[in-house]
Formats: sequence, C-alpha cells, structure tokens
Amino acid sequence: MSNEATLHANVDVMVPHEIHHGEHHEIHHHHESFISKYVFSQDHKMIGKQFLITGMFWAVLGGLMSVLFRLQLGYPDSTFPWLEDLIGKWGKGGHISAEAYYALVTTHGTVLVFFVLTAGLSGTFANLLIPLQVGARDMASPFMNMLSYWFFFMASVVMLSSIFVETGPFSGGWTAYPPLSALGSASPGSKTGMDLWIIAMALFVVSSLLGGLNYIVTILNMRTKGMSMTRLPLTIWALFFTAVLGVLSFPVLLSGFILLIFDRNFGTSFYLSDIYVNGVGALPNEGGSAILFQHLFWFLGHPEVYIILLPAMGMVSEILATNARKPIFGYMAMVGSLFAIAILAFLVWAHHMFVTGLNPFLGSIFVLLTLLIAVPSAIKVFNWITTLWRGNIRFTPAMLFAIGFVSLFISGGLTGIWLGNSALDIHLHDTYFVIAHFHIVMGVASMFGMFAGIYHWFPKMYGKYLNNNLGYIHFWLTMIGAYLIFWPMHYEGLAGMPRRYYDYSAWESFKQFVELNRFISTVAMIVFAVQLLFLFNFFYSIFKGRKLTTQNPWGSNTLEWTTPINPGHGNWVGEIPEVYRWAYDYGKDGKDFIPQTTPVGADESTDH
Amino acid sequence: MTTVSGKQHNRIHPHKFTLWVAMGSILMMFAGLTSAVIVRSNQANWLEFDLPIIFWYSTFVILLSSLTMHLAVRAFKSREMQRYRMLITITVFLGLLFGILQFVGFAYLNNHGVQLLGQGSNPSASFIAIITGLHVLHVLGGVVALLVIFFRAYSSRVKNYNSVPVEIAATYWHFVDILWIYLFIFFNAVH
Repeated sequence: MSNEATLHANVDVMVPHEIHHGEHHEIHHHHESFISKYVFSQDHKMIGKQFLITGMFWAVLGGLMSVLFRLQLGYPDSTFPWLEDLIGKWGKGGHISAEAYYALVTTHGTVLVFFVLTAGLSGTFANLLIPLQVGARDMASPFMNMLSYWFFFMASVVMLSSIFVETGPFSGGWTAYPPLSALGSASPGSKTGMDLWIIAMALFVVSSLLGGLNYIVTILNMRTKGMSMTRLPLTIWALFFTAVLGVLSFPVLLSGFILLIFDRNFGTSFYLSDIYVNGVGALPNEGGSAILFQHLFWFLGHPEVYIILLPAMGMVSEILATNARKPIFGYMAMVGSLFAIAILAFLVWAHHMFVTGLNPFLGSIFVLLTLLIAVPSAIKVFNWITTLWRGNIRFTPAMLFAIGFVSLFISGGLTGIWLGNSALDIHLHDTYFVIAHFHIVMGVASMFGMFAGIYHWFPKMYGKYLNNNLGYIHFWLTMIGAYLIFWPMHYEGLAGMPRRYYDYSAWESFKQFVELNRFISTVAMIVFAVQLLFLFNFFYSIFKGRKLTTQNPWGSNTLEWTTPINPGHGNWVGEIPEVYRWAYDYGKDGKDFIPQTTPVGADESTDH
Repeated sequence: MTTVSGKQHNRIHPHKFTLWVAMGSILMMFAGLTSAVIVRSNQANWLEFDLPIIFWYSTFVILLSSLTMHLAVRAFKSREMQRYRMLITITVFLGLLFGILQFVGFAYLNNHGVQLLGQGSNPSASFIAIITGLHVLHVLGGVVALLVIFFRAYSSRVKNYNSVPVEIAATYWHFVDILWIYLFIFFNAVH
C-alpha cells in the first residue's frame, strides 16, 4: 500500500482501500474548513505547529513559575505586594507562602520536563521532520497523530486547571514520590491537585504513546525509494530512538501511576506502610514500599532524560553539518552512539536512588553502567567538534544555538560523571549541584536544541524567516545568562546547600550565599525577559517576517527542502522524490552541497 | 501508483506494524507490573495463597477463543462470510465469558479470606486484582475491536474484502491470549 493510499484511507475513513489503489497519482486537496485545517488537523506539519505553540505556552508559564520561586530564593526578606494581586492567598502579604513555593517548584518541573521538553520538543520536530525527511506524505496514521495532540491538549487543560483549585496544585516534587503523592492528608497539594496531576499525566502518557507509535512506524515503513536506514539524516535516527525509548518506558510509568491511584483511592498498600502522619496518626496500611514507586518512576524517569535530549542531539548534528558546510564527522559512530545511549538509558535508573535505601552493592553496578554513558556521549561531542573543525562556518542563529548546545552538553555532562558515583552522591545528592547538573545538561541544552530547530526550520514551517538580529540577541543573552544562573549553583551544591528548601536565610552555613542567590535570581529574570523577545520574534515573523524566495534557504541536502515553500497536505506536488545518497554530501568534489535527490554521477568520488 | 509503492508492497502493512509496536508497549506495562511483584515479593509481609481453580477454566476459554479467532480469519480469507460472522460471534462471547470468569475468580478469593483491595488488603492479592483487571480491560478492548469489524461485515453499502483489519484484530486477540498465559504462569510461580 502506498503512502497516498494510507493517507487517504485515513482521511475518508469509510471508503475502502481498493478504490484508492491505482487511481490517485497525485495528492488532491480536500476541501479544508477552518476546523479541519487549523484545529482537528491531520496534517503532520500543522500538528507539529500545534505541539510547538502549546509547548511555548507551557514554557512561558513554567518559566514564569521559576521566576516567582527564584524571587523567594533571591529575596526571602523582601515583600512584593503585587504578588498578592497575582496569586491571591498564595502570596499573602507580598510573600510567596511555603505551600505555593513547593507547588511552583513541582509544577515547574513537571511542566518543563513533560509538556515543554517532551511534547513541545519531540512532538514538534518528530511531527514536522519525520515525514518530510524520510519522504512520506504523512504519518502512518494521521488520525492517531491528531489524537496524540488532542490527548496532550486535554492533559494540558487538566494540568492547568490544577493550578486553580482551592488546595492548589500538587506540591510534592515532579517525581511524585509517595507518601506525599499517595496521601491526601500529607499536604494541601496532595489533595485535588494530585488527583488532577495524575489524570493529566495519564493523558500525557497516552499522547506520547500514540505519537511514538506513529513515529516508529513511519520511519521504518514509509521511507521513500532509495532512503535506506543508513541514508537517513541524523535527526531521524535521533527521533527514532526517542520514540522507541518513549514507547517502552512510558507504559512502566503508567503502571506505577495505576498502583498509585489504587493506594490513593482504594486503600491498597503498594507504596504506603504503617507510617505516622502528623494530625492523622498511624496509617492502617501495612507493608507498602516507597522504593517500589521509585523503581517504576525512574525506569521511565531516566529514559525520559534521553527522550528530551536525543531530539536535540539529532537536530544539532544536522544543523552543524549544514552550516559548517561539511559532512557530519563519523555518521555511523553517531548512529551507534545514539543506539548505545538508548540501550544504556534503560539500565541506569537506580542512580537516582543511590541514597534512598537501595542496596549499596546493587548501586555499584549502576555506577558502572552510568559511567559507561560517558563513552557514547564523548563520541558524539568529539564528532560535533570535528564536524566544526576547519568548516566553512555560517553563524546563523540556528548554528549558534547548535554550538551552544555542544558547549552546554559538555559542561553539564562532565558533572554527570561526578554524580554517577554513588560514593560522591552521598555528599552531592539533593544539593544545588544536582540542580545545576541537570538544568545545564538536559534542561538548557535541550532548550538550545529546540531553539536551534526553530530557527533552522521556521522557514519550512511558515515560509518566512525569523529576524536574525533578534535571534543573535536572544542567543547571546540566553547563553551567557544560562551559565551565570547555573554555574554558581555548583559551588552552592558542593558547599552542601540542599535543594527544595523554602528559605536558607535562617541557616548559618548558607548565609554566605545570600548575595549569590540574589544574583542568580536577577539573571533568571533577565533571561526570562529575553525569551519574551524570542516569542515576539516568532509570532511577528509568522505574519510580517521576510518572505522566503527560495525552496532551500540554507543550501541543505535533506528532503524537506525539496518541497514547495508552503507545502500542502501531502508535502510534494507530484511524485515523492527518490533518494540516491546520504544527507551529508557537503563540500564534495568542489560542490558546495549535493541534495539527496541528485543521482550519483559517474565521475563522483566514492568515499561514501 | 507512484514509484514508491512498488517497494512498499513488500513491507509489512503500516497499521499491522503499528500494532506490533503497540503490543511491545503494552508488554512493557505488564513487565513493569510483574517486576514490581518480584521486587515486592522479596520484602516482608507478603501473603501466600493458592490461585482459584477458576483461573484454569478462564485459561481454557481464552485459548479456545484464540482458536475460533484463527478460524474466523481463515473463513474471511476464503470469503465464507456466514461462517466468519458465526466464528466472530463465538469469539466475542468467549472473550466476555473470560472476563466474567476472571471476576468470579476475584469473588472466590474475596470470599475465602484473601482481600483484594481496600484497607487491610495485602499487596500480593492487590497485585493480582490490578494486573488481572488490566488484562481483562485489554481483552474487552479486543472485544470492541471485534464488534467493529463484525458490524463492518454486515454493512451492505460497502463490500469489503480487505483482510487487514481482521488480521490486525486477530493478532491482537492472540496477543492478549499469550499475555494471559504469561501472567497465569507468573502468578503460579510467585504464589
């Protein structure tokens, strides 16, 4: 069955497949109403934009939350009367209450990890790039793809509504460890807020699974003629492993949540034991194990880190090669290291549990497996740098963000080697060192990958350019700001300053950091404001940006640039192009670039 | 047909492949739950009890339903629609019967002093209720899929001899069957 037939079979559901076989050679445009084009769209490009803009909404909200709690951390003694206007009883007297602080931290983590860097990042670029770069008219199942977005949308609505309930959103940390998550009486946020949190996350898991299934099947099954797996751009390889990780690890999280729901609502004792709760007394539960939840959570939680990071790695590889006008260095090593990271991702989850009661002997095995990740990571870094080396570099905003990603990945990755040691973890666990590590290596680095992707593929998405000068300002301020925010946190962490505390000013040992905390908070606010500049650039350029006049603005080899400037549903007019070579023939035989659709010439050198 | 299709005819149908990946995903959920059982069963306060004999009957029923499902696909492919509809109907009923038998098994356990859920329940029993319950939900999902293709076969408007949906439903049906066999063996080994 051809791509077209699949596409059509899903668009007009009631028509049997046979009718389409052999009759439609070209994509014909269905009558598209506003609803079917912009709302319940089954076009992968539109779904990608929906993911992106919903992700942006959450990024602003999640970022704003971090500004609010940084306000508390940087200025614990000051009062801000406007806070009471903004968040009501949570900011009584111009002071963020302790409950509000924990709710903000929890929601910031959940939203950024899942809604922004999972749905907003891989949801956007997997949808946009997979069919375009493998040469398919759409996903294997456009209908499921649409459902994937709408499940994400519903998850968003439920999560958003949890912010407005009387007892507030969940406040027990984004990892939702029991007993805080299992006991309604544990804290205000553990009541309705936690119910909504679980519902939102369950919907989110469904969304991820529907999306991931589609990504895998499309990549394996719907590639155009000549597009062998080893000719795929690295973006597609990365998105493929991302989807595999998601499809295999999210169900385990779901099973952990199901048990949690039963503990919360049906009196079972999977996670709860006969602990004593202040104001409630001893629980009637017997023999539950909180560690069990941690195992189930981190079996997703660690692969989740790579679900976030791999798409960024893939896009960065593509953008670096394109803008260095050089083939990516070590293509097969890049694929192999992605594969190694995907495998290791499943074998290291317990390094999040070194100090929570895990058997120390078991811990030593996880130390070894964790440190092994340094090998594929180092291979990738080496290859990115060698791709840049003696390249004819074009410093577009996308390229700057891609190089920024490499810088952040190195800085954050190195501290990962510290934290992967269970012995060092005794001192470093739950300190600001951990915060600094994962924010740089996973949070900011993936954000940079996402920005790089947006700057690079914006012309494909909207047929316009983003403003370059605003892009440069955005890059430099964000880059400098990110280091200024997170670098000092390493020192705080080494000094033993614990994370998740509301107020450090009463603590003699950390009084030395009052100024530093204020500095970090100030920079965080500036960096947040810079992101608003990017948002302005984004939305302004959609409507008023400089129009694209050429199909292939970056001189890139991949298939998405062979489509019309504003491709319709179905992507290519006429036949899908055939592929004759890999995606990285830059600067070969004196030619600047040779697109994948160019047949191999008789006199062409055969180094690849 | 475009030049693309020639090669794609040799590949597995995308929807079938989607199902295989989805089955891998479902398997991971149950693998997660059964590993949780293993982790928990090694800790203190783990109730030991025998599985109700009725689970053997339900095992037989679901095995039988796999057989009727298999025959239904064969009937569909040889376009014996009468026979196909009858076999699908039997499969649906066997699926429902399986679900009922599982709940009878739960009731039996509850009546014999093994409380499944609620205060005072032991995780070892709650695990059975939740894992088996989730499996029944997946069987019921299969029943819904069977009903959909069943009524499609009755549609007079469209004569449809495309066997892909039927094959997909059949693969899924065999999958939940094998999944139950796995769970049954697992529970017998743990208890």
